[in-house]
Amino acid sequence: MSSAATTIKAKQRPGDRVFSGSAVFAGSMILVTLAAVAIFLIVQSVPALFATSEEASILTTNFWDYVWPLLFGTVWAAALALLMALPVSIGIALFISHYAPRRLASVLGYIVDLLAAVPSVVFGLWGIGVLAPAVQPVYSWLVENLGWFPLFAGPVSGTGRTILTAAIVLAVMVLPIMTAICREVFLQTPVLHEEAALALGATRWEMIRMAVLPFGRSGIVSASVLGLGRALGETMAVAMVLSATGVISFQLLTSVNPSTIAANIALSFPEAYGLNVNVLIATGLILFVVTFAVNAFARWIVSRRKDFSGAN
Amino acid sequence: MSKRIEVRDLNVYYSKFLAVEGVSLEIEPRSVTAFIGPSGCGKSTFLRTLNRMHEVIPGARVEGEVLIDGNNLYDPDVDPVLVRRQVGMVFQRPNPFPTMSIKENVLAGVKLNNARISKSDADDLVERSLQGANLWNEVKDRLDRPGSGLSGGQQQRLCIARAIAVSPEVILMDEPCSALDPISTLAIEDLIEDLKLQYTIVIVTHNMQQASRVSDKTAFFNIAGTGKPGKLIEYDQTTTIFSNPTVKATEDYVSGRFG
Repeated sequence: MSSAATTIKAKQRPGDRVFSGSAVFAGSMILVTLAAVAIFLIVQSVPALFATSEEASILTTNFWDYVWPLLFGTVWAAALALLMALPVSIGIALFISHYAPRRLASVLGYIVDLLAAVPSVVFGLWGIGVLAPAVQPVYSWLVENLGWFPLFAGPVSGTGRTILTAAIVLAVMVLPIMTAICREVFLQTPVLHEEAALALGATRWEMIRMAVLPFGRSGIVSASVLGLGRALGETMAVAMVLSATGVISFQLLTSVNPSTIAANIALSFPEAYGLNVNVLIATGLILFVVTFAVNAFARWIVSRRKDFSGAN
Repeated sequence: MSKRIEVRDLNVYYSKFLAVEGVSLEIEPRSVTAFIGPSGCGKSTFLRTLNRMHEVIPGARVEGEVLIDGNNLYDPDVDPVLVRRQVGMVFQRPNPFPTMSIKENVLAGVKLNNARISKSDADDLVERSLQGANLWNEVKDRLDRPGSGLSGGQQQRLCIARAIAVSPEVILMDEPCSALDPISTLAIEDLIEDLKLQYTIVIVTHNMQQASRVSDKTAFFNIAGTGKPGKLIEYDQTTTIFSNPTVKATEDYVSGRFG
């Protein structure tokens, strides 16, 4: 206190200290959790990365040959799901935010949110019990008439439990979160910009293209990433619906389908022992890395045109 | 390029609430008409009925007629989209599209309805419109930068350039200077003087000096009290309204005794 004139110390209030302490604690917990998961994955994975088929019975040659088809299946199924879910969710979100009468919009928004509450095992059952038998005739027709197109090449699966069916189930599962995010962003479009477009003589659709979609672009990207993340990691529904053989194949309608990392872990883990467990955990590490990369990529897309983002 | 506006017995409702009652007036082509009056008196609402922008608000509707060169805007077979192409609008706060460059902003209206325009025509139009809005010299080296990077006054002039790029017949301005500093305000007022040679201009303003500086005719709107509809009290030559109004309320308002 000798230099009292030079430093003015803010009065420390207990409430402030408690709040800032708990905020810092909560913020750092996320880093601790992430680090803990990453360390667990890496430590458990290292033995598997260099394992041979003699040490771990589920490997045929080495780890990379084992994980590659799974990784392919994971990304392929998630990408297909996103491809189907994105236009639909943007459409629903636009309908709710800009087309539907207010009362219908709130009911519809509520129903979409309810869809998010359906457990994934129920989606799995629905996929097996309802969707797969329903789409099987469509698949037969596609193979018969459009079989020249590589994606639709035969022979057709008799059960309908193909990668495309799994992707449809995934699309339905990621739809609610994507719709919810798009809707929130679209609703926040500044009225000023909407009126600017309308005053120039834009129709409603042109107004949406000029003002709403550009403004919501980063929101659409985040919605896609969240949806993709969920689709990449979804376990139960895929494990139930997909009849997987562990190959690399782009064909959508045959009974020979790639599996996904998460579904493969769920199906193989109960019987795994010794180094096989490490192999499965190592595939989990790969999934973790892929999801991380997807997120980083989306961040990069959003930040690329910052000047034009509408946030300034 | 500019047309006469005739309003007959116009009532504006928000659902059941009568916001503006019984307005009739005529606006000459190539003139500047100012709407003045206290806040909430319905002058902005009325302005928006001149290009059907009030329809953006759910439940808003009008009774009566608005004729632009004899054609009623409210005929059942008139498309509001086409009305807004003829009658441009500039808003209170500058609203260039943030995701578009300066050039794209100017061309935004022209490119509607999938209209195609060749690159050289587009460049010409951008230069002409920006020159028309007194903005060309300030932005000609950064046409590809976002419009949101300009100052407030420049953004407002960009919005004016965007409005005149579609060659409307009438330009409506809803308090275009209320978010701007005095220098930018002066720039817009000078611009209004120039635009008057080609367009019919209607401007809503809270600034009575501005109304007296820029307008040829002035309309004074007032309300009897909250919840009552706004009415057109007096409409005359600007010099008359400001020096020798016939209605007591107008005189009180322009001399600053109330409102």
